Amino acid sequence: MPTFDLAINPVRDLNAALHKLPADTNETLWTVSNPGGEHAIAVGVDAPLTINVDGNVGYYCGGMNKQANIVIEGSAGQGVGENMMSGRIHVKGDASQSAGATARGGLLIVEGNASARCGISMKGIDIIVKGDIGHLSAFMGQNGRLIVFGEAGEALGDSLYEAHLYVRGPVASLGADCVEKELRDEHKSELIELLRAAGEAGKIDVSEFRRYGSARKLYNFNIDNVGAY
Amino acid sequence: MTQHERAWPATAPRKSATFDDYALSEIRRAASTGIYDIRGGGSKRRLPNFDDLLLLGASMSRYPLEGYREKCGTDVTLGTRFAKKPLKLSIPITIAGMSFGSLSANAKEALGRGASLAGTSTTTGDGGMTPEERGQSKYLVYQYLPSRYGMNPDDLRKADAIEIVIGQGAKPGGGGMLLGQKISDRVAEMRQLPKGIDQRSACRHPDWTGADDLEIKINELREITDWEKPIFLKVGASRPYYDITLAVKAGADVVVLDGMQGGTAATQEVFIEHVGIPLLSAIRPAVQALQDLGMHRKVQLIVSGGIRNGADVAKALALGADAVSIGSAALVALGDNDPVLESEYEKLHTTAGAYDDWHEGKDPAGITTQSPELTQRLDPVVAGRRLANYLKVMTLEAQTLARACGKSHLHNLEPEDLTALTIEAAAMARVPLAGTTWIPGAGVF
Repeated sequence: MPTFDLAINPVRDLNAALHKLPADTNETLWTVSNPGGEHAIAVGVDAPLTINVDGNVGYYCGGMNKQANIVIEGSAGQGVGENMMSGRIHVKGDASQSAGATARGGLLIVEGNASARCGISMKGIDIIVKGDIGHLSAFMGQNGRLIVFGEAGEALGDSLYEAHLYVRGPVASLGADCVEKELRDEHKSELIELLRAAGEAGKIDVSEFRRYGSARKLYNFNIDNVGAY
Repeated sequence: MTQHERAWPATAPRKSATFDDYALSEIRRAASTGIYDIRGGGSKRRLPNFDDLLLLGASMSRYPLEGYREKCGTDVTLGTRFAKKPLKLSIPITIAGMSFGSLSANAKEALGRGASLAGTSTTTGDGGMTPEERGQSKYLVYQYLPSRYGMNPDDLRKADAIEIVIGQGAKPGGGGMLLGQKISDRVAEMRQLPKGIDQRSACRHPDWTGADDLEIKINELREITDWEKPIFLKVGASRPYYDITLAVKAGADVVVLDGMQGGTAATQEVFIEHVGIPLLSAIRPAVQALQDLGMHRKVQLIVSGGIRNGADVAKALALGADAVSIGSAALVALGDNDPVLESEYEKLHTTAGAYDDWHEGKDPAGITTQSPELTQRLDPVVAGRRLANYLKVMTLEAQTLARACGKSHLHNLEPEDLTALTIEAAAMARVPLAGTTWIPGAGVF
């Protein structure tokens, strides 16, 4: 089991080592010690690895991840899992702003709170935040699911496309073209499936969530809607 | 006495210079439709441009080079600052970013073919990388835009360079909109949105704000691509001295500076004509920023926005740019706005040379459309050849002018080779008004 100590070697060496691994590598369990808030830890990985990061990370940890399961035993800086394609990132602490930005697939779990713009421009990722999320989350969200156990800040889902938003706590305000929608059985099933993937199945009554989505009124430009922007 | 009997002549009808025919038609159009005008292209009004500069040529004080015998180099290397694999181009004229979505797949392929034949690069746009474009482009620059439509690490690694788009000359500070009528199945799939809806492109990046964040973002992209790819930063010309200073600080290998004549697929007319500054006025402040930082020629400067011919290329390089980029001119070389299609332009209530409703997807030349019927009109092989011809002519023209100034490489052209025809051009380009030593308003930032 390779252990990479960022107190001794730079992030560049870590990422280079991860990128050089052959597709059928046996070295699938990695530990990164002393991350010290470094940026761009384990970015651009494209292999079925498990990478345990033993502490806090800076910006863009796990950026553009494919396949890898990255566990951050601390808090994450801006843009954790940005543009992730697949795999899983688990933040044991809090996440700063733009968590999961533009990500296309995979699962991002934040045990604590996520800051502003969580899931901004999301394009297929599933994001589960067990705490609260900040303002302008899921802005222009195109696809994927955002599940929030706590509260959401202002302008949730502004200019939303087809992403599904589920929030259990209060929402400070909804953004342009984002509306509350009925939580039907198919959505409860979707929630149960997602919570199972996150290891939370059975712990929460999914009917406590409220569902938000696009009203689709801004999908095609209409001058009479300019007041909505 | 009746009016007809009076002795003095009647005054001729006089139209207002302020309320000219175009201004009046815009008022009537706005009153009728209730919506601002959206169009493609760049600024159409008269702006100070490279025609307002002249090259001085050699005579007693300088030796010219023989036009057909002595070498005048044209190559340029982009990305020498940090990238392991800089982009080595044969000519200092690149093809600017234009998206698949706004352009047809055939047009994108033609751009790749033409650029490759000429030994230069082409650039993706807001819509991702198509296999046709990658396959036909020897050197392909991958744009990294706020929308991140089509962005993925596999295509990022296939690119020869990465261009982070902060803004563009047609609309500094603006995002984009691809109207629903151009969203075909394929475009919709690449952008991961439903077919037929307007696809908005944000004006700010979703995961960084400001130059300090951008430095960290650039570092991430370098890490993902193992520091191989040159990182370009593209900015619309507005405050070039400060923007280029920040771009260098953020760690760019190359800065692309786009003047207000630079085209767009579609945006508001009011934005195109009233935001940003002409390219002529932007180059010297940008070069000064690089020089003040000791980074001129180390961070390469590509300029774009209204480049039309080899004279424009030579003058832009003389002002200190390392290369130029063309978009609108490249489309014309492919066949855009060709008078041969006049009868079809008339059906669209316009005329060849003025057609700019590219967002409507009805382009009779088959370039700015996704209509299967129209797109097949453009043969990518033939159109690519036309672009290559045009690029070669521009290069030959620039070489001709450089040799006349005694330069053995286009990069040896310098501001001292230039003079200005107008006071405003002299002030903007910081070269003397012709026949004088006067550079109006010369100052430092």
